[in-house]
Amino acid sequence: MTGNHEEHPERARALMMAALDGELSSVEQAELDRMLFTDETLREEWERLKTVKEVTGTMTFREPPEEVWDRYWVSIYNQAERGLGWLLFSVGLIGVFAWAGWQWVDELLADTGIPIWVKLAIFAAVFGGGILFFSVVRERWFTRRHDPYREVKR
Amino acid sequence: MEILLGQEEAVTAERDLILKAQAGESDAFGELVQRYMRRAYYAALGFVGSPEDAMDLSQDAFARAYRARHRINPDMPFYTWYYQILRRLCFNFTRDRSLHRRKIRDQKSWIVDDATFRSSERDPQRNIEREEIRRKVREAIDTLPDREREVLVLKEFEGLKYREIADVVGIPIGTVMSRLYSARKHLAAAIEEMER
Repeated sequence: MTGNHEEHPERARALMMAALDGELSSVEQAELDRMLFTDETLREEWERLKTVKEVTGTMTFREPPEEVWDRYWVSIYNQAERGLGWLLFSVGLIGVFAWAGWQWVDELLADTGIPIWVKLAIFAAVFGGGILFFSVVRERWFTRRHDPYREVKR
Repeated sequence: MEILLGQEEAVTAERDLILKAQAGESDAFGELVQRYMRRAYYAALGFVGSPEDAMDLSQDAFARAYRARHRINPDMPFYTWYYQILRRLCFNFTRDRSLHRRKIRDQKSWIVDDATFRSSERDPQRNIEREEIRRKVREAIDTLPDREREVLVLKEFEGLKYREIADVVGIPIGTVMSRLYSARKHLAAAIEEMER
């Protein structure tokens, strides 16, 4: 391998990163030294990257007030508990509405005073509404799971 | 040798906590949360840049992890599993924020200068220059693509080794290095632009 980083840019970059982060073996250090010795452009880039490392090395996270940690787990537990509550509530409500709907349709069909075409029209409207609802829900669910760009910033 | 034994004990203790949580002991899960809440918060902060949103997202991720606790593999590190939930939430959050052009809730930078370095420069003029460079770099970090900022934060702010970053993010070490290189090159360009 020559010291010219233009022939092996990926290798030169990897060595520079590892050198900055203290993850370079002595053999690799020698390899990087050779590259830097023979390539002025690489040396300039190395100096710039060293400056960046020096600067980021002096930075740290802004710490939140210590009290937030005391309530942290309690908030999560409440959140998880409420999630379960919402799930049970929704399932229960869907069950009740499904039963009520079935009772209504059942009574409608049994009512001999309503003309058959009205019954068919109501049945078609309810059935069509159901198809539309499930279709939209399924599409949204599918898009959410399979959107290849969901992690891409637009 | 002692360090290795300590690590082994920590792994066993974590495994026990996971098994207890899966058996229905919520306090055991609470202990896992206590172990990783700061790390989780800071990871989210690196993604979204707002303390309030980082707090919400890291807690939401723990709540999801709690509900899905039966799917945790006790023989694998808990944080690596949890981090996948967190980063997905954060990516979705930043995507939605940019889609709706929402501003960051807290305008204060999430990065501060380490107290030990703040007044290390004796020359006032040089001190001002250094502060200006740091400000420029802080701004440049915020404009990095999510995936590059993620790796930079894990390396520079959390101090993880390349192997650890590769494990939690789920990418090869070579990709860790190339993302770091791109991120640092971007920051170097910001400094250069300022010096011109």
